[in-house]
Amino acid sequence: MTVTKTSVANDIHARLEPGEELLRVEDLAVEFPIRSTILRRTLGTVKAVAGISFDLRAGETLGMVGESGCGKSTTGLAVLRLIEASGGSISFHGHNLAAMGEAELRPFRREMQIVLQDPYSSLDPRLTVRSIIGEPIRVHGMAEGKALRERVDQLLELVGLRPEHGSRFPHEFSGGQRQRIGIARALSLGPQLLVLDEPVSALDVSIQAQIVNLLERLQSELNLAYLFIAHDLSVVNHISDRIAVMYLGRIVEVGTSDELKTSPRHPYTRALLSAVPVPDPTRRGLGRRIVLEGDVPSPASPPTGCRFRTRCWKAQDICAEIEPTLDGVSTHIAACHFPESA
Amino acid sequence: MTAVAQNRTIAPLLAVNDLHVEFRGDERTVHAVRGVSWDIRPGEVLGIVGESGSGKSVSVSSILGLLPSPPAVVTGGPIVFQGRDLLTMPERDLRAIRGKEIAMIFQDPMTAFNPVRTIGRQIAEAIRVHDRSVSRSTARDRSTALLAMVGVPSPEARFNQFPHEYSGGMRQRAMIAMAIANQPKLLIADEPTTALDVTIQAQILELLEMVRKETDAATILITHDLGVIAEVADRVLVMYAGKVVESTSILPLFQSPRHPYTLGLLGSLPRVDVRMDSLYSIPGQPPNMALLPPGCAFAPRCSLSRGRSECRERPPELTRSGDSLSACHFVAEMDQLTRTVSEEVGTDIRVGNE
Amino acid sequence: MIRQDGPGNRLDVDAMVEAAISAGEAAIEIQSVDDVVALPPRSPFRIGIRRFMKHRLALISLIYLALLGLMAVFAPIVAPANPNAVDLTSLRSAPTSDHLLGTDSAGRDVLSRIIFGARVSLTVGTAAAVSAAGLGTLLGLIAGFTRGWVDTIIMRLVDIFLSFPSLIVILLLVAILGPSVTTIVIVIAFFEWPTACRIVRQMTLALREHDFVLAARASGSSNFRIMRRHILSGVVSPLTVVTTLLSAQAILLEAALSFLGLGVRPPQASWGGMLNEAQSITVLERFPWLWLPPGIAIASTVLAINFIGDGLRDAFDPRQTR
Repeated sequence: MTVTKTSVANDIHARLEPGEELLRVEDLAVEFPIRSTILRRTLGTVKAVAGISFDLRAGETLGMVGESGCGKSTTGLAVLRLIEASGGSISFHGHNLAAMGEAELRPFRREMQIVLQDPYSSLDPRLTVRSIIGEPIRVHGMAEGKALRERVDQLLELVGLRPEHGSRFPHEFSGGQRQRIGIARALSLGPQLLVLDEPVSALDVSIQAQIVNLLERLQSELNLAYLFIAHDLSVVNHISDRIAVMYLGRIVEVGTSDELKTSPRHPYTRALLSAVPVPDPTRRGLGRRIVLEGDVPSPASPPTGCRFRTRCWKAQDICAEIEPTLDGVSTHIAACHFPESA
Repeated sequence: MTAVAQNRTIAPLLAVNDLHVEFRGDERTVHAVRGVSWDIRPGEVLGIVGESGSGKSVSVSSILGLLPSPPAVVTGGPIVFQGRDLLTMPERDLRAIRGKEIAMIFQDPMTAFNPVRTIGRQIAEAIRVHDRSVSRSTARDRSTALLAMVGVPSPEARFNQFPHEYSGGMRQRAMIAMAIANQPKLLIADEPTTALDVTIQAQILELLEMVRKETDAATILITHDLGVIAEVADRVLVMYAGKVVESTSILPLFQSPRHPYTLGLLGSLPRVDVRMDSLYSIPGQPPNMALLPPGCAFAPRCSLSRGRSECRERPPELTRSGDSLSACHFVAEMDQLTRTVSEEVGTDIRVGNE
Repeated sequence: MIRQDGPGNRLDVDAMVEAAISAGEAAIEIQSVDDVVALPPRSPFRIGIRRFMKHRLALISLIYLALLGLMAVFAPIVAPANPNAVDLTSLRSAPTSDHLLGTDSAGRDVLSRIIFGARVSLTVGTAAAVSAAGLGTLLGLIAGFTRGWVDTIIMRLVDIFLSFPSLIVILLLVAILGPSVTTIVIVIAFFEWPTACRIVRQMTLALREHDFVLAARASGSSNFRIMRRHILSGVVSPLTVVTTLLSAQAILLEAALSFLGLGVRPPQASWGGMLNEAQSITVLERFPWLWLPPGIAIASTVLAINFIGDGLRDAFDPRQTR
């Protein structure tokens, strides 16, 4: 892509230097109405994402980690406007996507793509691999005929497959190979940003490593920014530069992967870290595991004040009254009245 | 590790001998389990590790006769439990054992529970099916006590609730309650925490540990997660393409893996406790179980094999190597391979050597 | 809360068995990037065709219908006599070498009338089913994909059509439009499109939840494009099953209409019309060649169509083509 800075209309396709801000999300909120089935009245809303802010820089990986119901997948879909946000702004190269109609959004779609979790439902079983990968290019009219064919071949090789595989159908491939096809499709328009929603969770362990390595290689070759959404803290920690930890629709901590690993500040992050089973039997019985009480509260009626207080061993009265805001030192911030000391 | 597990002269509780399971389809036959033998002693925790297609779930379901018989064909054996062969046992006798002597916990508790009956009644039913003399009210009391034991809050009220009214973690607890209701000697847990959030997983693992201590049941834990294995298992079987490729105690598995597949699994795990430069990825895909190559099934993906003819022609037998059993022609070269992979990954894969 | 992750290792025994078997039936396994692939690509369509071919009953039925179709097309050549030619010397005569299936009350050759009657049945069966399926698909796709008030309106329309008392409406329409093959096709399509619409809508609702639709939206595909490229192709397979069943229904309806005198008018030959003869006990007892041939013709055709429908349903079973 040539870099032109002559008109505002072109600048969204300009490649940024690594480290420059690519995406800024502020106070993003996504609500789902709860409807009674008979009369379809709205009984209330579930705030799947309750006002979060973060930024993503060119060439970096921001990991989003959290458990079921934390809103991380919803965030990913909302950033790409595949789900409607009910509030907040999504700025890409300074343009607010949240306010745009589908027609205005179209050029932006070239720069932001998605890789989905399920390798079995993310590819249309009736189309050849070539058609699947080439579709976005056709939709945007960016190439056709021989040029299109060559581009698809190039993409296949980029993800570790061969051009011959293009004439085959998805069911002839294994889960890991299908994910590669999905990645090739996402890269076909040459985006600057990829949202990856649990890209390896549905794969066997030995294949996960292949795909993670592939993603890292692609990132450095193509200067891609990743929003890497997953529940597996080990994988997120490995691939991410910075990590945002989510709980019940809020971000509770943000830091570099090293910072989070060695000195987590939010109690939930600490619990999450200690809950990950480590493949080292010599650590058994060292008693360092924190086991949280109870289940995650329903997002339809979150606790007042700090949402984590019902399961937190440090909770005090103030936690029920005032919701803590993200606070801390430079890159490492946590939303807690009593954060762990560094 | 329990004292019992360390003493290997005690007779096994369950012994599987040369188990074979095939699925006969229209066009092809899938050899899901190809000659698997192992045993488990009372009170021991045996972990079975493998990915999809390894045959771990299929082999264990065949123990309890849970596979539908066409298309599954189970041969080999015997599978000896308390002196009797489970494979040739009539269905009636098997039913008496299922849920009483041997109990099973599944990945998805919804498959174990009937959605239109209350949890409490189902647990009570499980008790009364195996002991007619128990009255309804006694069964009810026992079920409530079991629910309390597994940590379900307000068990009396929860007794009358339906499965969909429980959260995922609680359903898993209820399933464990139902499994231990009749004090089984052997508990089989098939991926019990895979579908759960990691903080809930921690709770359930803790519960399983508690249950094991209370009931002294032997446990077979099937999982793909080596971290979970490291937490709870005494001994481990690693399965690949329908065979056991490594069988050993817990520490040797992580300290000196004796099979390239095991090493590959260890190297491909991202870790929160240790810094890794890059992940080791086993090349290729798990094999098509209907079109297996003649020699070692792992050979096409094996860095140790390097296309050598023994690997392509002769399937390796499980043989002793140090403290472990390993099915590899070139197990003597494992130390070298471990060093190579460790270099690639940026940290010594062997536990205890960071 | 349970999340949907992991390599799908639920101990759902049926699912496991299915997975094991379908793994064995997969076309080829691309083991490593360096594999040279020897077999041609197998599209889900071709896999479906292969599976259809295994269904013997369906295959036989297909051949039977093909022959029937050929016979109908080449009727003037195949039929021994003019179906409307009256032979006053042999009224209701039993089968002879001249008239292999005998003659009817007006002295016309039964066999020739059967052969020409096939034209009516097959035309109506095909035309009505295809029209119904076409209209039903269009509306079903739109309803299922766009949802909202458009969906509601279309579904209410379906409910209205389904609640019409069929007999009264048929009589009305025939009275207005006059009895003919065209009328019958219109009338039948009128009654059959809601069924097709509901089924297509159901499938559309399921298909649009698949991730590949989400990916298409992320690429900027318009709704129309997604419907055309992704949903339609997914719907085609079950649609063929529905269409065959609709055509069987159409043939039966036509026979009933013609039997009642509301369909194809005599002297044009039609199987239903020929059955009209079978209204008296005398005929039933003493002149079986008047009603057995058309009865068997109708029954065998409908049966054949149903078998083909079964074969198609097995062939395109969505479970297998993942």
